[in-house]
Amino acid sequence: MATTTANMDLKPLSLQRRLMDSLMTGAAALAVVLVLLPLGAIFAYLVYKGIGSLNWAFLTQTPKPVGEAGGGMANAIAGSVLILGIASLIGVPMGIGAGIYLAEYGRNRLGNLIRFTADVLNGVPSIIVGIVAYGLVVLRQGHFSALAGGAALALMMIPTITRTTEEMLLLVPLGVREAAYGLGVSRWRTTLSITLRTATSGVITGIMLAFARIAGETAPLLFTAFGNQYWNWNMNQPTAALPLQIFTYAISPFDEWHRQAWAGALILIILIVVSVSAVRLAASRGMLKGAN
Amino acid sequence: MGVGIQVEQLNAWFGKTQALKNINIKMAANHATAVIGPSGCGKSTFVRCLNRMHETIPEARAEGKVEIGDLNIYNGTPAVQVRRRIGMVFQKPNPFPTMSIYDNVAAGLKLNGFHDRKRLDEIVEKSLLAAALWDEVKDTAKKKSGASLSGGQQQRLCIARALAVEPQVLLMDEPCSALDPISTGKIEELIFQLKERFTIVIVTHNMQQASRVAEFTGFFLLGSLIEFDKTEKIFTNPSDKRTEDYITGRFG
Repeated sequence: MATTTANMDLKPLSLQRRLMDSLMTGAAALAVVLVLLPLGAIFAYLVYKGIGSLNWAFLTQTPKPVGEAGGGMANAIAGSVLILGIASLIGVPMGIGAGIYLAEYGRNRLGNLIRFTADVLNGVPSIIVGIVAYGLVVLRQGHFSALAGGAALALMMIPTITRTTEEMLLLVPLGVREAAYGLGVSRWRTTLSITLRTATSGVITGIMLAFARIAGETAPLLFTAFGNQYWNWNMNQPTAALPLQIFTYAISPFDEWHRQAWAGALILIILIVVSVSAVRLAASRGMLKGAN
Repeated sequence: MGVGIQVEQLNAWFGKTQALKNINIKMAANHATAVIGPSGCGKSTFVRCLNRMHETIPEARAEGKVEIGDLNIYNGTPAVQVRRRIGMVFQKPNPFPTMSIYDNVAAGLKLNGFHDRKRLDEIVEKSLLAAALWDEVKDTAKKKSGASLSGGQQQRLCIARALAVEPQVLLMDEPCSALDPISTGKIEELIFQLKERFTIVIVTHNMQQASRVAEFTGFFLLGSLIEFDKTEKIFTNPSDKRTEDYITGRFG
């Protein structure tokens, strides 16, 4: 074995092999650029279009009536935070819980049914999720509300979080679980304190993917959160949200509103990047128990 | 202190396949018993039946009487209580990857609701000392991850972790098969010291290892216990032809 390796090392690589090597490395690098390019382009264009309308008033004031200059989207930013908060409060625990069930107890027909349902739910158009939340929450409450918007977004989060949590838990080696069982740790305790903890960083990635996806959703909010021109912190009232506000402003005939829509889009993407990075940073610093 | 182990009429299955057939064996307290035999003969299944780990595998079940000291473990005792009395060390070192060295050793106690910090410090130190790992990790135990240690150190960490819950019996399922000869030597030395405090059952593929560390040896073949005797007798003058064939390398 040792001699063969040594002999092969002595022979210089043929030109063809070296060329192929560079070609493949180049192709991989090109693929990376192609993946990063759209993101860079979108961000650059948003900055270019939106930065002009971005000022302190935009971040602190509510919209002004048509024709009056100035005003901002502060209430929409706050509304988005409120709605996303509600969605995460409902969606994250349910998604993780379902994921745990599938990974630890789901090797049966019920598990397969849940898996199938989650995958189908993942593919349901977001406008339909909005209609479901309208039927379940808005009609029952009798009015639009942040709660209804949050419920619609939670419904979109759950399948993603469920499936990623399941996959991340299944990646934890059996030996780690057995080590805990061998110490006389009960099964539920092993699942929560050992398996889930070992899989934390992967589970967080799943949550962040789901969060980033719903943060920009407009359709499910159209007839759930509905929008609002004023401040609102009551989750039982119609509430503004950034994507809704951007939508309303973008289809309006006013130049001033168009400019504000660009600024809103820039703020939205910044909010997503900042919250995802913050959670990742917290996780890597070990502030959330168990990340490596 | 270690306690004796008495096994009567033990049978185990994986689904419909019978993995252990009618095992009867009596293992002495504070001694090491080696379990040898070719791959697939049921050695691992046998030790996993001794702390009811066997039943954690889907569709696996075991029947019979296993007494650890005065505790009949297949008699309605909850499995978690059984496992607290019987430590286990696995073939592949399996420290909890997200925990520090300290937390790995303390895990068994902490996860079972023991949180007295001062006592934990003492127990962790004592366990790491007993596993001959203390000198190598005493300055970094709370900072470094258990997974950052070398393979041999990880295995000793796993031994320390098992010792921390103060079991009466220590089951070792091929504890050295993933380790180099130096680490293996350290673990074998350790087994000698641990015998004073625990009863040890060690599964091994390495017959020299069995003869070095164990006073008694049992030879398994196709799910049956073929022969069980003093190690010396098994390796020099076995009474069964099949044992002789195996230890002289004629099959298996």
